[in-house]
Amino acid sequence: MVKDQEFLEKKASYCLSLAKKLGATDSSVIVKNSISETVNFRNKKLDESNRSDDLGLSITTYIGKKKSSISSSNLLNDNLNILIEKCIETTKNTPEDEFNSLPDRDLFAKEVKDLNLYDETHIENNQKIDYLKKLEAAASNDKKIVNTESSFTQNKSNFVLANSEGFCDGYKTSSFTASSVTVAKDEKSMERDYEYSSKCFLKDLDDADELGNLAANQTIRKLSPKKIGSEKIAIIFDKRIAKGVLSTFANAISSSAISRGTSFLKDKVNQKIFSDKINVFDKPDMLKGLGSRNFDSEGVKTDTLKLVDQGILKHYLIDTYNGKKLNLKSNGRCGGTSNLYFENGNINFKDLLNSHSKSLYITETIGHGSNIVTGDYSVGATGFLIENGEFKYPINEITIAGNFKDMFQNITLANDLEFKYATNSPTMLIEGMVVAGK
Amino acid sequence: MSNFFEKSDVSRKEAESIISDTLQKCDDGELYLENSKSESILLDDNKIKNSSYNSDLGFGFRAISDEVVAYSHSNEISKNSLKQSSENLKSTLKSVKGTYNHEIPKSNKKYYDNINPIEQKSLNEKIKILNDVNDYLRSKGDKVKQVTANFLGEQKSVEIIRSGGETLSDVRPLVRFNVSVMVEKDGRKETGVYGVGGRQSYDSYLKDENWKSVCDEALRIASVNLESKPAPAGEMKVVLGPGWPAILIHEAVGHGLEGDFNRKKTSAFHNLMGQKVASEGVTIIDDGTIDNRRGSLTIDDEGTPTEKTVLIENGILKNFMQDRLNARLMKTRSTGSGRRENYRHIVLPRMRNTMMLSGKQTQEEMIKAVDKGIFAVSFGGGQVDITSGKFVFNCTEAYEIVNGKIGSPIKGATLIGDGPSILKEVSMVGNDMMMDPGIGTCGKAGQGVPVGVAQPSILIDKMTVGGTKL
Repeated sequence: MVKDQEFLEKKASYCLSLAKKLGATDSSVIVKNSISETVNFRNKKLDESNRSDDLGLSITTYIGKKKSSISSSNLLNDNLNILIEKCIETTKNTPEDEFNSLPDRDLFAKEVKDLNLYDETHIENNQKIDYLKKLEAAASNDKKIVNTESSFTQNKSNFVLANSEGFCDGYKTSSFTASSVTVAKDEKSMERDYEYSSKCFLKDLDDADELGNLAANQTIRKLSPKKIGSEKIAIIFDKRIAKGVLSTFANAISSSAISRGTSFLKDKVNQKIFSDKINVFDKPDMLKGLGSRNFDSEGVKTDTLKLVDQGILKHYLIDTYNGKKLNLKSNGRCGGTSNLYFENGNINFKDLLNSHSKSLYITETIGHGSNIVTGDYSVGATGFLIENGEFKYPINEITIAGNFKDMFQNITLANDLEFKYATNSPTMLIEGMVVAGK
Repeated sequence: MSNFFEKSDVSRKEAESIISDTLQKCDDGELYLENSKSESILLDDNKIKNSSYNSDLGFGFRAISDEVVAYSHSNEISKNSLKQSSENLKSTLKSVKGTYNHEIPKSNKKYYDNINPIEQKSLNEKIKILNDVNDYLRSKGDKVKQVTANFLGEQKSVEIIRSGGETLSDVRPLVRFNVSVMVEKDGRKETGVYGVGGRQSYDSYLKDENWKSVCDEALRIASVNLESKPAPAGEMKVVLGPGWPAILIHEAVGHGLEGDFNRKKTSAFHNLMGQKVASEGVTIIDDGTIDNRRGSLTIDDEGTPTEKTVLIENGILKNFMQDRLNARLMKTRSTGSGRRENYRHIVLPRMRNTMMLSGKQTQEEMIKAVDKGIFAVSFGGGQVDITSGKFVFNCTEAYEIVNGKIGSPIKGATLIGDGPSILKEVSMVGNDMMMDPGIGTCGKAGQGVPVGVAQPSILIDKMTVGGTKL
């Protein structure tokens, strides 16, 4: 069983009072317990079971404008005494920074709503095994599938965030995740692909057959890929790749990148950075949302933000430290975005495929090719050639490149948004990117 | 060395008996105990942004029967917690009928000293160097707009207790010093990053104001990039510089030669043992035994002493990298490559220091041999799709080559290639093998472990460059 609120609060308040006794003028602490149980299958047989029980805390102490932090997984009071003493010692020796402080008192979250983030259900390993048997049977139905690896994880977490201003709150969350990775083979090639489902509530998890079938089909259709020539071409990003564009956008508007001057979106608030029809939301209070939260990692309340309105950037993602530096109030985004998404476009998936006589549909990218200082983008990619709305043949060993400043202005979105991850996008078309191939 | 049972309600003897009881009739398994202390001190935007310290303690209990691995980990080293883990393992492996393999090689060799680098230099000294770095770089002119520098230090004590009570232990120091600088000219911003590190004290890397040369290198890369023009797009010849660009080797062939992917036949290399996978003259080894290197280990995380493993010899595929599980199932021996990020993770076969050995040609000859292509000197990260064999890496410093001469710098671009065939495209191997500066971390299945790479300059006849200029 995951540790209860009372246990976590007791540890938190022990740390806060000890820090105060040792000379901290302010302090904050987070105590977290997370228990995961995973079963893995490979080729329809049990391959691995994994149970993890992680308990840890991290404390930040302030002496005036000096700050330092420690974290530990050893929560015995003996050990905490030594560590907090060390933390205070380090704090004293760390130079002052005028922007160091806890959040302003009036910004702390006051009410903690039940966002339906915790499912009491406990799924035993043999039930996970039943699910995986069904999944793997579906995934390995086709002879072209030569290897299947599937996994089922139940996670239960609880945490308490407390600070010397009197904030003390936390709540339980749960997740149930199933995934399947399949390898398909023909005479010319071997390819891998996957499908995955993750939900707060067990009963919402995708059907095992459906997941297995999807994983297998997505892999088989990649067999015998071709390499194409280098050219300028319209790119369609599958939803699982399109969300990455949104993640890069979020990194580029984080207040730390803005205050350090290392973002291509610095000073762009109230300017048009996307095409007209684009709206971006970050909505923390979505029921059962994979990114939902009641407050950010500093305890600051989080409201829904319309980050982009009709193509115009409206907000940065602001935490306390960088907010003070930029002379802006924290909007509760310490630790990043919550449920971040592009609003649906007004064209359906089929029409999007049909919008160009020739385009590339990208299902996977590899490499770390997003540079938020310059906006340059260049990654390896796998996908399909689309001609007149039809999937023609699979493509690999190509790269796609552009600059986000231009890419953002050339986005068209389909109307097929789903909330499968914490960050979500409809299928996305971007014109004017360069493919490098033969 | 840590005494893991000192403050626990379970004695070493009792723990040993729980281990032996749990692992009887299993084929393999162990209790892995770990105590790590780490620090991070960061200067950014003219200020010490972060000084933090982490102390982590825990165990991972593993039981293996045939192909099935059962694993359980916890932070609490207590009787209750060990017994709960034991029950958890037993419930997964219901009907075991194996024979525990007690055999594990021994060695007295050590590849680093038992030191705690965090304690060897005071906080004030570290802060002073970071401030000096900031002042030094910002004195280099107005174009320097941002400086980030940090120290990362760690001491990790591990102990492996096997069935029957056999115990193996290791204390591993690790440090890293990193500098990142952003420059701006005419509204254009570029970044340069450089770092040094390994399994010694901070001072071994920073003495004689060596931190200045780290700063100079970061600034040089950033300044070169200010002048860069769009990179070309398409297939062309590529000359790679020596040292860190060997992450090409790591991504292109290293991962594909790890035992697990080959046992499962999901690696593009699984049916190529004994065959020619690279040009003649190409020899690649994975070596855990080089003194004080970031990827070196006295013993791996299963207790096997590390070694120098020949992967490809003169173009022929010779060996995979193995941990105990995959070695047993593939009827071979562990190469001391069983590693894990920490006690929270299961062991996987991983790389240590992956190196392509020197050949006879010079870098000059390579450049001369290229009519149209690029010369790549420094890289960011890379990634590989094991199954299709396709891999990428990102240039952070590169130049065009026109008619045998190095031309203008070009913008960062991704290079993509095919692992099993790329080494056959190597037409020249340089005489200038160099190790990387000690900064690499390799990710696999969500686990990061420190690694090293090395190579001489090489000429690759055909690779796709992912630029924007058609």
